[in-house]
Amino acid sequence: MLKMTIDQAQEQIVEEFSVFADWMEKYTYLIDLSKELQGFKEEYRNGNNLIKGCQSQVWLQDEYKEGKITFYADSDAIITKGMIALLVRVLSDRTPDEIATAELWFVDKIGLKTHLSPTRSNGLISMIKQMKLYALAYKAKYQS
Amino acid sequence: MIDVQAIRNDFPLLQQKIYNRPLVYFDNAATTQKPQIVIDTTNEYYQKYNSNIHRGVHSLSEKMTESYENARRTIKGFVNAQYQHEIIFTSGTTEAVNLVAFSFGEKFIKKDDEIILSQLEHHSNIVPWQLMCERTGAKIKVIPATYSGDLDLSAYERLFSDKTKIVSVNHVSNSLGTINDIEKIIKIAHCHNVPVFIDGAQGIHHQPVDVQKLDCDFYAFSGHKIYGPTGIGVLYGKEKWLNEMPPYKGGGDMIKAVTFEKTTYNDLPFKFEAGTTNFIGAIGLSAAIKYIEKIGRQNIFEYEELLLNYATEKIKTIPDIRIYGTSENKISVISFLVGKIHHFDTGMMLDKMDIAVRTGNHCNQPIMKFYGIEGTVRASLSFYNTTSEIDYLIESLLKIKQLFA
Ligand SMILES: Cc1ncc(COP(=O)(O)O)c(C=O)c1O
Repeated sequence: MLKMTIDQAQEQIVEEFSVFADWMEKYTYLIDLSKELQGFKEEYRNGNNLIKGCQSQVWLQDEYKEGKITFYADSDAIITKGMIALLVRVLSDRTPDEIATAELWFVDKIGLKTHLSPTRSNGLISMIKQMKLYALAYKAKYQS
Repeated sequence: MIDVQAIRNDFPLLQQKIYNRPLVYFDNAATTQKPQIVIDTTNEYYQKYNSNIHRGVHSLSEKMTESYENARRTIKGFVNAQYQHEIIFTSGTTEAVNLVAFSFGEKFIKKDDEIILSQLEHHSNIVPWQLMCERTGAKIKVIPATYSGDLDLSAYERLFSDKTKIVSVNHVSNSLGTINDIEKIIKIAHCHNVPVFIDGAQGIHHQPVDVQKLDCDFYAFSGHKIYGPTGIGVLYGKEKWLNEMPPYKGGGDMIKAVTFEKTTYNDLPFKFEAGTTNFIGAIGLSAAIKYIEKIGRQNIFEYEELLLNYATEKIKTIPDIRIYGTSENKISVISFLVGKIHHFDTGMMLDKMDIAVRTGNHCNQPIMKFYGIEGTVRASLSFYNTTSEIDYLIESLLKIKQLFA
């Protein structure tokens, strides 16, 4: 099966969230997603990978293979981790070009935009920035 | 006792709904809501009397100057200072600490001198002193805290040497709620002939403060934490210190005569109030103080103690709850964590349930490090909060606990 594009992945998330009637169901789902987040090894939890938000911390590890970047991430806060699961689903295992140019519109559509507001300082905005920076770096390295 | 329902009606913000329910505002240590009289007074002065102080001969300016100086008198009475000119208006506690750290440091502190702070300090009572130490080469010594969040006063006594120049501690800890025994702290320091600065940002509105009885050398607080406007604060300082200290900022109103060769400074308090101050803020603060005095600080203290005891008992019934700061002497602040749930997760969920709390390290990283945690959830209660709001908090915490189980 062909892998979904970034936009298709976002559409799928919006559809998943459309069945929830209230915030409680949404957050329960985020908590479930956090539990399913896989691939993060303990050795990734180091100072180099740490993105320190004021409220919660995020660790981000990248891996480049055959023209694609895979991301592994974790957080000490569960809600942040649930958000990470969604972001990784959309952005991981893609080419540097795809990641660098991606527009993340799904967060607004599912009503969780506040999690990406700078005032929440949960580390997620910095994480996305970091993902895009990695993408640009790999692009410069392998595609020039 | 006080009539909470009547008091709540004085606060327009408490009437609004944030998501669906009436807002439960438990973030009073960060900033307090404003009673109608503070809002009205501020509006009225902007609408009818606005005019720069100490400058015009016209009647508006005179009226404004008079009101500003009346506000100073109100505050002098509120803290029971000996002289009105011992009350300096600042932008807040932070500026007051910076002022004293700078000016006292310039005059009295040199290389290898020592100052004493405590482990419970807010960053704003740490960093200005560090800046001063960088300039002068002085060193900071720290009063340790015990696990309950009390200061270890016998360790404190041992910190003094003949190089100790000043002690600066808070009256009440913002993250744990501990009411420090400042009377004793001041006495001990004075035995060593060392002056004491009290950061009263969390102290002054929960209990009566008498700076002469305390005999503190400096006492600072912020308007916005005491039901007044933001951007205004107070530094009380003993005349003898303020007279000896050089100005902190230069500008208009703080001078007597200026030539390019030499400037002579104005008398107290103007020497420390350079430029146009937040004069309408000062009047708003004075309105807030009158409002508090009408309710009575002793009444406030008793009611808030009742809230604290009620909340502490209730919150303890939640399995796996950990309360940080369990001093015998506390204001109505409860810092806690529920089981293994991250403070941010708890705070996010409480927000969804229309309860405003603060989460994180509360500008208090040293004490978080002491407990080996990243942060806490902090509910800080005020006299407009109710026991039924506390019940709702407990109910919500139990729900959150289930959700994250
Ligand atoms: C104990 C303490 N000191 C100082 C401050 C700083 O006050 P402001 O930001 O109003 O200057 C605060 C504010 O949270 C505080 O709680």
